[in-house]
Amino acid sequence: MSLIKLAWKNIIHNPLNLLLNLILLTLGIGLINFILSVNNQLKDKFDKNLAGIDLVIGAKGSPLQLILSSMYHIDAPTGNISIEESKAFLREGHPLIKRSVPLSMGDSYKGFRIIGTDYSMLELYNAELSEGKKWSGIYEVTAGFDVARQLKLSIGSRFKSSHGFNDDEDLEHDHGTFKVVGILNPTGSVIDQLLLCSSESVWEVHDHSEHDKEENPQLETDEHEDHNHSEHDEKYDHQNDMSRQHLLEHSDKEITSILVQYTNRTNFQALSMPRNINQNTDLQAASPAYEINRLYDMMGTGTKALQLIAILIAIVSAISIFVSLLNSLRQRKYELSLLRVLGGKARSLLSLILTEGLIMSILGFILGMITSHLALSVLTGNLSEKYNYSFNAWTLHGLEAQLLIASVFLGLFAALIPALLAYKTNIHKNLSEA
Amino acid sequence: MLETSQISHNYKGTQIFNFPDIICQQESTLLILGHSGVGKTTLLHILGGILQPSKGKISINNTSLYEMAGNKLDDFRGKNIGIVFQKPHFVQSISAQENLMLAQKMAGNSIDKQHINDLLKKMNLENRANFKTYTMSQGEQQRLSIARAIINGPKLILADEPTSALDDKNCDEVIKLLEYQSKSLKAALIIVTHDNRLKKYFKEHIELF
Repeated sequence: MSLIKLAWKNIIHNPLNLLLNLILLTLGIGLINFILSVNNQLKDKFDKNLAGIDLVIGAKGSPLQLILSSMYHIDAPTGNISIEESKAFLREGHPLIKRSVPLSMGDSYKGFRIIGTDYSMLELYNAELSEGKKWSGIYEVTAGFDVARQLKLSIGSRFKSSHGFNDDEDLEHDHGTFKVVGILNPTGSVIDQLLLCSSESVWEVHDHSEHDKEENPQLETDEHEDHNHSEHDEKYDHQNDMSRQHLLEHSDKEITSILVQYTNRTNFQALSMPRNINQNTDLQAASPAYEINRLYDMMGTGTKALQLIAILIAIVSAISIFVSLLNSLRQRKYELSLLRVLGGKARSLLSLILTEGLIMSILGFILGMITSHLALSVLTGNLSEKYNYSFNAWTLHGLEAQLLIASVFLGLFAALIPALLAYKTNIHKNLSEA
Repeated sequence: MLETSQISHNYKGTQIFNFPDIICQQESTLLILGHSGVGKTTLLHILGGILQPSKGKISINNTSLYEMAGNKLDDFRGKNIGIVFQKPHFVQSISAQENLMLAQKMAGNSIDKQHINDLLKKMNLENRANFKTYTMSQGEQQRLSIARAIINGPKLILADEPTSALDDKNCDEVIKLLEYQSKSLKAALIIVTHDNRLKKYFKEHIELF
């Protein structure tokens, strides 16, 4: 019958008190951990996807929307820009620009976005092929790791895209069956969630649906033939010129946005580039670092309010432990004196009561952890359904240890006064009164 | 064995109790009788190392009780003195058997399940071992508290009104049990009570006024 066992028996002897304390502790600690985890994972995602991008150029509109749509692929784009207008930024050899990546959007497949771009996209996110080859011909697609895994795509898989970014079968294009030619290694960045093809494929899909709706009535049968492995399908075999020069020749066409990396981001001219673009052209330039900080600020207000509530609940749970220990102490006055009569020392009673507080707070910590991670996995499910944005619900953010220490202190603090009262218990008085 | 000299206790500003000198030998029994309010419980607590008297000296086996430091006194009490209270109180959250284990643990002894089982059997409580104490009858509880008092093989057993809540049959049983157990442990037994039924059991008695 060790002290810890006795403390445990004492705690479970009063199950309603225990339940109340544990509910409060779980709520408080769980909420704190939930907020920390969400914040941490969001920041981690945002930071990873910054990918050294200094500037995003796109159509006029909300700068945050431009950033969210072009870098994080979670909002609708602001519109399109013509290649003619954006030539200056796409051309190789611009003195201020180290790398520029054109993006053409508009279509998706089962909620995953199809992005028309060139190979500079792979360099930007340090993505490498895991199998197959890079896209080049019309309708050829190289799939990001997560898309391929979740949609069970493999080399040779074919699919039809739908217009917009939602998984809506009514908006499925009648034309253009995409064919998977390669799959990328996982990078942990947003490219894992994307289907990559040439800008021309994106144009092609839309030109067809706009102009020649009736041209290809056998498409349905086409799809059935997919399984015949007609490897030498004419449509896919035609090699496309993927050079930047080739893209610039289509000056009448449009793209959605451009991701830009500066050669030297402290250069004075580079710093004034966004303002020049915004004032002198029909384009909009938005700085990711600035916009994302603005987003953090906006989230920060909500997060702080939630954090405050969580801390308040934690304090209430400490008070609840304090009150229940004090109450049980009053009921157990005789018991505690008895322990002394049996040879127990004053400091044993002190540690008994502290242990009771400690057991409750550690239990609360464990339950809080489990609850918050369960809540996180529910949220993750929702997020990946809506945005194909995956969180890892069970990763730790490194602050758990601090949270555990805080919980331990909370338990000790709540039990301190009751424990001191037990320590100073007057055996003679208690035994005479009973 | 037990020897007191000139003990008196003084509750802050109110009563002063002066107690007669007491000598009690090993294996002998002493009955201390008195009406309510004459300081019976005070005396028992003083003898049991629970309450330091204002004046006087108590020694058990030539160890002066209140000259020991707090922790040493706790140890000494746990190992050498067993106390049976008027109302048997136990730790509510644990079973009868676990209460006995706790008594061994608190006295600093190792837990001896065999001894506990033997003792429960002797007290006719073997089928109550896993019961919570508050589910047991008065008589059973009092027998369990005797078991707890003697479990660490004390030199001195003190009983405070052990029979006042019991009927004649249970009273007889408890007294015989107490006497028998203290004899077999070669311990001294001191019973403090106002219960005149006990006079017939013991030759030696002191009355407090």
